[in-house]
Amino acid sequence: MKKLLSIVAALGIAASLPYTANAGPEQDLQDFRAYFKKRFPQVPFNEFGNGVYAIDAESRAQWEAIEDFPPYEPSIENGKKLFETPFKNGKTYASCFPNGGIGIRQDYPKFDAASGQVVTLEYLINECRAANSEELLPLKGGPIADLVSYMAYTSRGNKMNIVVPNDPRALAAYERGKQHFYAKRGQLNMACADCHVYNAGNYVRADLLSPALGHVTHFPVYRSNSGSMVNLQHRYAGCNEQVRAKAYPLQSEEYRALEYFHSYMSNGIEVNGPGSRK
Amino acid sequence: MTNMKRRTLLKGTLAASAVGMAIGAGLLTPRAVLAAWPKDAFDAKSVDAAVSGLFGSAQLEGSDKIKIKVPDIAENGSVVPVSVETDMEGVEAISIVAEKNASPLTSSYNLGPGAEPFVATRIKLGATSSVIAVVKAGGKLYSTGKEVKVTIGGCGG
Amino acid sequence: MANTIKVRAKLAGDVTTVKALISHPMDTGLVKDKKTGKPIPAHFIQEVVCEHNGNAVMTALWGVAISKNPYLSFRFKGAKVGDKLTMRWVDNTGQSDSQETVID
Repeated sequence: MKKLLSIVAALGIAASLPYTANAGPEQDLQDFRAYFKKRFPQVPFNEFGNGVYAIDAESRAQWEAIEDFPPYEPSIENGKKLFETPFKNGKTYASCFPNGGIGIRQDYPKFDAASGQVVTLEYLINECRAANSEELLPLKGGPIADLVSYMAYTSRGNKMNIVVPNDPRALAAYERGKQHFYAKRGQLNMACADCHVYNAGNYVRADLLSPALGHVTHFPVYRSNSGSMVNLQHRYAGCNEQVRAKAYPLQSEEYRALEYFHSYMSNGIEVNGPGSRK
Repeated sequence: MTNMKRRTLLKGTLAASAVGMAIGAGLLTPRAVLAAWPKDAFDAKSVDAAVSGLFGSAQLEGSDKIKIKVPDIAENGSVVPVSVETDMEGVEAISIVAEKNASPLTSSYNLGPGAEPFVATRIKLGATSSVIAVVKAGGKLYSTGKEVKVTIGGCGG
Repeated sequence: MANTIKVRAKLAGDVTTVKALISHPMDTGLVKDKKTGKPIPAHFIQEVVCEHNGNAVMTALWGVAISKNPYLSFRFKGAKVGDKLTMRWVDNTGQSDSQETVID
């Protein structure tokens, strides 16, 4: 893999980096989009939300066959049921979210000025539970993935709209996420960008590497691999482990920062989650 | 059909499925369903033994009237969409056999009154393999097959 | 197990297309549990029957090679909008579930 990457670098593909140091989120986003537009000129902007299926006809056909009766439907239904079931004190999740939690997925992660934290839907779900004296949910799979699936489903068609306000704490979180994305890590010494930016559209053995543009829109995903729902940070942990780096705890500051940056880079692309993937 | 249309449609159909009512297991007349399951055919380790186990014969006549739809390269060997369709008359059963699977018979479908000769499902393939559709029509067995490549390994987790 | 069957039946012309998605592990018995190292026992649907007007219009005999959370689609003639369709599955452990739907 390292040899492949150095060959790729030698070919000058890495020459047009999708970021300039300290340019700020808006410039980063323009550069990011420009990079992917140049790399995949045939793919319409919004279509990047379909990941590998936007760039590979063969797997797209299989995905469409599966979407005919999507395996994530039970997750949406269960998520709706969980979302609408009151806590022991009679309150529901709706009381913890803007617009009752409906049609808001595209705004998360959000920077919360009061706490100085970047908050994700999972983070807020558990915060809501704690505030209503309920036990916290495990942060991957099961009920929390179903809740986020439902919230994503109610937001389908809404364009990703992550906001990085002119607040040094928000900018610091954004930069931290950007750092994580571009930094090499693990025994395999690879960055998220190595696969999903510089080698997007190439194969690593049997896997086609998805472009990072539009990456987050279709999460959580039903993975055929495991036959279960996987939410975004669960995937972050998996990817970290696959380059033999130690995964961070789910919903840690590091992963929330990464999700903040990563999601911002998908701004303008429609939410189409939950999705199904291999 | 564009993806957006499909997604909007999905919203509608999800609401419609609330119409389905859950009924207790006693709805259908009790019968020895498990006794009807062809264990030998499902346990068979070769295509011939599987087909014989099902139909009493492994005599298959190749037919271009059977349309089998499978991907050339499976994105994921655990979930490979397959559909089989034919315009033959008098189809009684359709079976799907994966040549290189440890037990090649994946499934068999007995058509009842009014059933069209069409079936679709999703199967597991252990390795690159020919996927063979067997059709029993008018007392004879016909077949067609297509190879599906299954690649393993990568970074997908 | 209950409420495991999602089924849709749509009539177009004189053909009803039935699509079903069933929640079931379809364990082959060949996969080892990562934590214990022991094989996860085979647990798979063996038969799915779909009935209309007292007829079994489709009987699917399944083995372990049908994917987890299995999908099934078939078509049949002779139904009208508003007719009831019942789908039932039985697995190798004797568990079963059934669901009724209305053709639309």
